[in-house]
Amino acid sequence: METRNIIISGVGGQGIITASEILSEVALFNGFDVKKSEVHGMSQRGGSVVSHVRFGEKVYSPLIEKGTCDVILAFEKAEALRWVHYLKPGEGIVIVNDLEIIPNMVSLGLDTYPENIEDTLKRDASKVFIMDGIEIAKNAGDPRTANTALLGALSNYLPFSEESWIEVIKRRVKPETIEANLKAFRMGRERGRD
Amino acid sequence: MGKKVILSGNEAVARGAWEAGVKIATAYPGTPSTEILENAAKYEEIDAQWSPNEKVAFEVALGAAIAGARSMVSVKHVGLNVAADPFFSSSYTGVNAGFVVISCDDPGMHSSQNEQDNRRYAKFAKVPVIEPSDSQEAHDFIKRAFEISEKFDTPVLFRMTTRLSHTKTVVEIGERIEVPLKDYKKIPEKYIILPAHARKRHVVVEERIKVLRAYASKCELNRMEINDTSLGIVASGISYQYAKEVFPNASFLKLGLSWPFPEELFKEFYEKVDKVIVIEENEPFLEEEIKFLGYADVEGKKYIPLCGELNPEIVRKGVLGKELPHPEEVKSVKRPPALCPGCPHTGIFYNLWRLKLNVTGDIGCYTLGALPPYNAMDTTICMGASIPNAFGFEKARGKDFAKKTVAVIGDSTFLHTGIPGLMDIVYNKGISTVIIMDNRITAMTGHQDHPGTGKTAKGEPTVEIDMAEVVKALGVKKVYKVDPHKLRETRNVIREAVASEEPAVIISERPCALLPEERKQHAKRPKRKVDPEKCKGEKCLGCIKLGCPAISMKEGKAYISPLLCVGCDLCIQVCPFGAIS
Repeated sequence: METRNIIISGVGGQGIITASEILSEVALFNGFDVKKSEVHGMSQRGGSVVSHVRFGEKVYSPLIEKGTCDVILAFEKAEALRWVHYLKPGEGIVIVNDLEIIPNMVSLGLDTYPENIEDTLKRDASKVFIMDGIEIAKNAGDPRTANTALLGALSNYLPFSEESWIEVIKRRVKPETIEANLKAFRMGRERGRD
Repeated sequence: MGKKVILSGNEAVARGAWEAGVKIATAYPGTPSTEILENAAKYEEIDAQWSPNEKVAFEVALGAAIAGARSMVSVKHVGLNVAADPFFSSSYTGVNAGFVVISCDDPGMHSSQNEQDNRRYAKFAKVPVIEPSDSQEAHDFIKRAFEISEKFDTPVLFRMTTRLSHTKTVVEIGERIEVPLKDYKKIPEKYIILPAHARKRHVVVEERIKVLRAYASKCELNRMEINDTSLGIVASGISYQYAKEVFPNASFLKLGLSWPFPEELFKEFYEKVDKVIVIEENEPFLEEEIKFLGYADVEGKKYIPLCGELNPEIVRKGVLGKELPHPEEVKSVKRPPALCPGCPHTGIFYNLWRLKLNVTGDIGCYTLGALPPYNAMDTTICMGASIPNAFGFEKARGKDFAKKTVAVIGDSTFLHTGIPGLMDIVYNKGISTVIIMDNRITAMTGHQDHPGTGKTAKGEPTVEIDMAEVVKALGVKKVYKVDPHKLRETRNVIREAVASEEPAVIISERPCALLPEERKQHAKRPKRKVDPEKCKGEKCLGCIKLGCPAISMKEGKAYISPLLCVGCDLCIQVCPFGAIS
């Protein structure tokens, strides 16, 4: 199998690192070589955060090369836009949380929040799926499980069984939130299916 | 076969060191190195400690190695500057038990003030360099580093980079081997570097390099991968992975023990391939070694930029002149890191902005005070520089200028290298004002304890250094304490302190908003709300100028995100129209 490349992006504090760790563990669980890379430190609440996850028979570079990304999973709309140039031309998929987080610079009038994000994404991706992760998370019983719901949507595009996802999620989340997380995952997976 | 787990490079170093029988581990926190000590501290068998600074950390670990225990010190690249003095001496003294200096360099400066390549430091201090290229190698090579240290009686520089430290990859782990303490013998001519001893030790060091150079060509950490012989690539560390990604079929000379440079092995490689290039991040370290040997046709920096972090597309573009086809990059909104909702620094920087003071800054979360909306920082140089910088301002421009200037420094940074600077102001009759922003933790690197927190790296209770008593002991008479979230009161104290005719220190006391105890407080408080009837919106922006990530403009009015708000009352204090409750 050719190495698969996934970008998970969002805003500091949204749980990007936890989501990418779950994905990496699932890849290892399924017997793949996997590398997961992001930079932490100086990424307090509010800053842009991105994680690269690559898995396959043998992975060399931990960083995804521009033009080779299979899926972008973005927890915020402008954070999906930021990485579109990494997509595999004509083949890439974008899954986006239906959420806009307005940076302070925009409120101060020093920058503008991008318009028509969906149109730009559609121009560069073969498929764009926008989903309200927070809404699903609320329905699952815990608004903090939005990232698990988004992983559920992502799971439709990856060669891993539902059982392997569930196994890893159970191991990685706080015991008292397992039920809500699994519910959010299943609802996200269902919603993200065509 | 051992168990396979996913570990970051830093976790793998800690695990490998534990397996290698390490007994003592020391560090001062610094991105990207911090997690090495944090993980080492989890092992019962390792005596792991945070030191007040890297020099102290280095000297404790070196002392432990001389006394017979396998020891390591982990620092970020600029941390080795602080420990440079003992680093150079340790090369002359050599070790007894294995001693490994882990340097995590930061190509791309993700969280640093420069891009120094510490392989140069190793060559300068004349100690060998080991460079892993993924977590498995970090885990395996650190064990070899201890063996090499003992075999050749030398400290070893174990060089990581941000991308290795923070990337998680699959690692097959092993078990710990207990290494007994080595005998301790008094050897004054080795461990006391009096000039008469050091002159003899220098000769020993030069001999050691010769022996290590021969060893490097035989050592299994260096290997040839002969495939297509039309292109041969010399690479080490993370650069090897990028090169392998772009040129999977090329031949490689992959270096793990990269200095002293393996002359003989390189010669052999050079003869096997048609063309040799060097792919390395930042400095042309290997390239210079090769060129010095007379191989003028071997190129590196001709293709690969010296500045910045590498990645596969830079390597591809540099060597092949083109990138893979990809969609056009789209401009998105800027989203720099920001002080968190409820951050104690917010109150200080809001006031410094209001008072329009000159601010000499330091290293920590509060360096963000330099960014909008505050723009409240004039200098940031290195750990501890804020206080002497402020005194330099005073020396150059006089007392009136000093009365418009403050130094800001965090609690951990003050204990790191801030104290001598304050001593200098008192001793040399200055009047500068210093604000110690005491948030009770080393915050930016992710909450590490320090001598002021009353807890060790192992989580045990210990003596808590009293910041005000330290300041008074240095001879400062004007010592104030403020809660930075009381905006008006804090502003008045700052005004009084800077106006005084003697050195003044303001200790701003409020714990980091992300500490678990603080989070419990947040949960108890109501989320703040804006009354859109009273809010004057874009005509005012008073609350927006706090820079709180929870507050933004929505449909012309201020809006506070209930998901982000922690219920502090800074926004209530700054709203002139009483629109926030």
